[in-house]
Amino acid sequence: MSRLTAENLTLAYDQRVIAENLSVAVPDRSFTVIVGPNACGKSTLLRALSRMLKPTAGRVLLDGSVISSLPAKKVARTLGLLPQSSIAPDGITVADLVARGRYPHQGVLRQWSGEDERIVREAMESTGVGQLAERYVDELSGGQRQRVWIAMALAQQTPLLLLDEPTTYLDIQHQIDVLDLCAELHEEQGRTLVAVLHDLNHAARYASHLIAMKDGRVIAEGAPSDIVTAELVEDVFGLSCQIIDDPETGTPLVIPAARKPRAGTGAAAGARTEAATARS
Amino acid sequence: MSSPVQSDKGRKTGRRVTPVRTGGGLSLRLDLRAVTVGVVLLVLALAASVALIGSGDYPMTPAEVLRTLTGGGDAGQQFIVQELRLPRVLVGLLVGAAFGIAGAVFQTVSRNPLGSPDVLGFGQGASVGALVVIVYFHGGTFAVAAGSVVGGVITGLAIFLLAWKRGIHGYRFVLVGIGAAAMLYAMVLYLLTKANIVEATRATTWMTGSLSGRDWSQVWPLAAVCAVLIPLALCYGRPLRMLEMGDDAAYALGVRVDRVRVVVLLAAVVLVASATAAAGPIAFVALTAPQLARRLTRSPGPNLLPAAVMGALLLVAADWSAQRLFGADQMPVGVLTGVLGGGYLIWLLVTERRAGRI
Repeated sequence: MSRLTAENLTLAYDQRVIAENLSVAVPDRSFTVIVGPNACGKSTLLRALSRMLKPTAGRVLLDGSVISSLPAKKVARTLGLLPQSSIAPDGITVADLVARGRYPHQGVLRQWSGEDERIVREAMESTGVGQLAERYVDELSGGQRQRVWIAMALAQQTPLLLLDEPTTYLDIQHQIDVLDLCAELHEEQGRTLVAVLHDLNHAARYASHLIAMKDGRVIAEGAPSDIVTAELVEDVFGLSCQIIDDPETGTPLVIPAARKPRAGTGAAAGARTEAATARS
Repeated sequence: MSSPVQSDKGRKTGRRVTPVRTGGGLSLRLDLRAVTVGVVLLVLALAASVALIGSGDYPMTPAEVLRTLTGGGDAGQQFIVQELRLPRVLVGLLVGAAFGIAGAVFQTVSRNPLGSPDVLGFGQGASVGALVVIVYFHGGTFAVAAGSVVGGVITGLAIFLLAWKRGIHGYRFVLVGIGAAAMLYAMVLYLLTKANIVEATRATTWMTGSLSGRDWSQVWPLAAVCAVLIPLALCYGRPLRMLEMGDDAAYALGVRVDRVRVVVLLAAVVLVASATAAAGPIAFVALTAPQLARRLTRSPGPNLLPAAVMGALLLVAADWSAQRLFGADQMPVGVLTGVLGGGYLIWLLVTERRAGRI
């Protein structure tokens, strides 16, 4: 079952066509990750799924209805998005920013109910920013700030959450931290997550459903252990590699092939090749 | 990363936000500081109004002013207050409020403190409209006002069209506006060369922006515009606040980004044009009022209502100061706001530069 599907999309910015006849279905309760080389259309697909980009042809369905025909606030109560770049307003506190996630549930009269308050507190607790509630967002580290934005998306309380490259610009420990948090939301809270990720190894480790894209087409989709092969990586990314089992998780781990020595690059390179041959 | 040790460092905000809830399902968040600031500014604006009514060639004490306003006082005082000075003060309050709230809308939408109507050429556009009426049609006060409204609204639409590229973006908007201001100023200068000395004097006085000689015929149209558009803008205050976080984030929260922007900007353009028609393009109130209000409330968001009250206070206080410093009706209020606002603009440019935003 899929609450969120795309049927025969043509996606274009102005005249530039990014993808044609693209169809995907996001499995319910999955952690779906979209991967692919730069400019393959993965972020564009995510924008279309989150109704930021209107498809030139085809349609995106949310619970069986065309998403662009649904009231904006109603969609925002079902489908959340963590955009690639958001601006924290000057002088806003963590608690205030997270509270803004309640907007689609509020009205002119019902602006701040007890339920709002409780959900915002829970969102901050489950992302580990509860102690930062009174701090200003602009003085937090990049990793903390990303957690705050995720908390805001959580406060929106949507069963579906889309994340556009949530780990970009973060240090490696914060990348893992954010992905662990996503996995937690997926496993413990049963939310459906769709993320665009740059790092194939992160994708293979965390995704329950992987979509590999190239030139605006879906090349393969399925569980990472079923579809991540050396051929697929070569095909999608043009990278020759070995696939081994991740010693931590058993998921596929991509090991790029060693640099091929060019002819006549000197004794050092030759010696290294020799050593490699001897080892194998 | 969210270690408790780290969370103890840094500034604490100390803001008090009080939830207010009634049995009928009404619930609000009241930022005590913002509410207090709003009330204090309002009281100050009214006090400045009383002081302004009391000043002039026939000075009156605040007690006399209040007594006359509430129906007391002799016939002479009644005439001076009701017919001469009250309309002037009301125009001042309304113009200031309109500039303040319009400035807050523009700065929020462009996400830039410089994106305010006085920097973007609205004053110049309104001036072109007014000067065309003065120089070519020799129109009366009402015709000049109409000309300035037309000039201001056309300028607004032209800037939108030129800056529109899949929505409005801050920098584009500010840059197009600054370009428009320069071109429109050239047109103002051209029109002045075509004017005879009487027309030129009248045009220059109008362009300076002044509250002197305003009567009830200026109060009513402006009051009507404000009565409709200020509540409209306030209704859009919450979605406007979401826009601060970027289009995508606002859209994800269910804000109809383009519709909100078009509605609030149109409201702001009409408010600025109407205020300019009533008092001339009084400089820098729209630029400074939202920023000062924001610094006082220390609350994120467009702060629309505090900006409106701050605008009203600034304009009436500036008019009162001009009268105290230079004598009754010797100095148009636009000169004073120009000098003070220009200083503020320099300070703003320096701090924005330091913050790396320009």
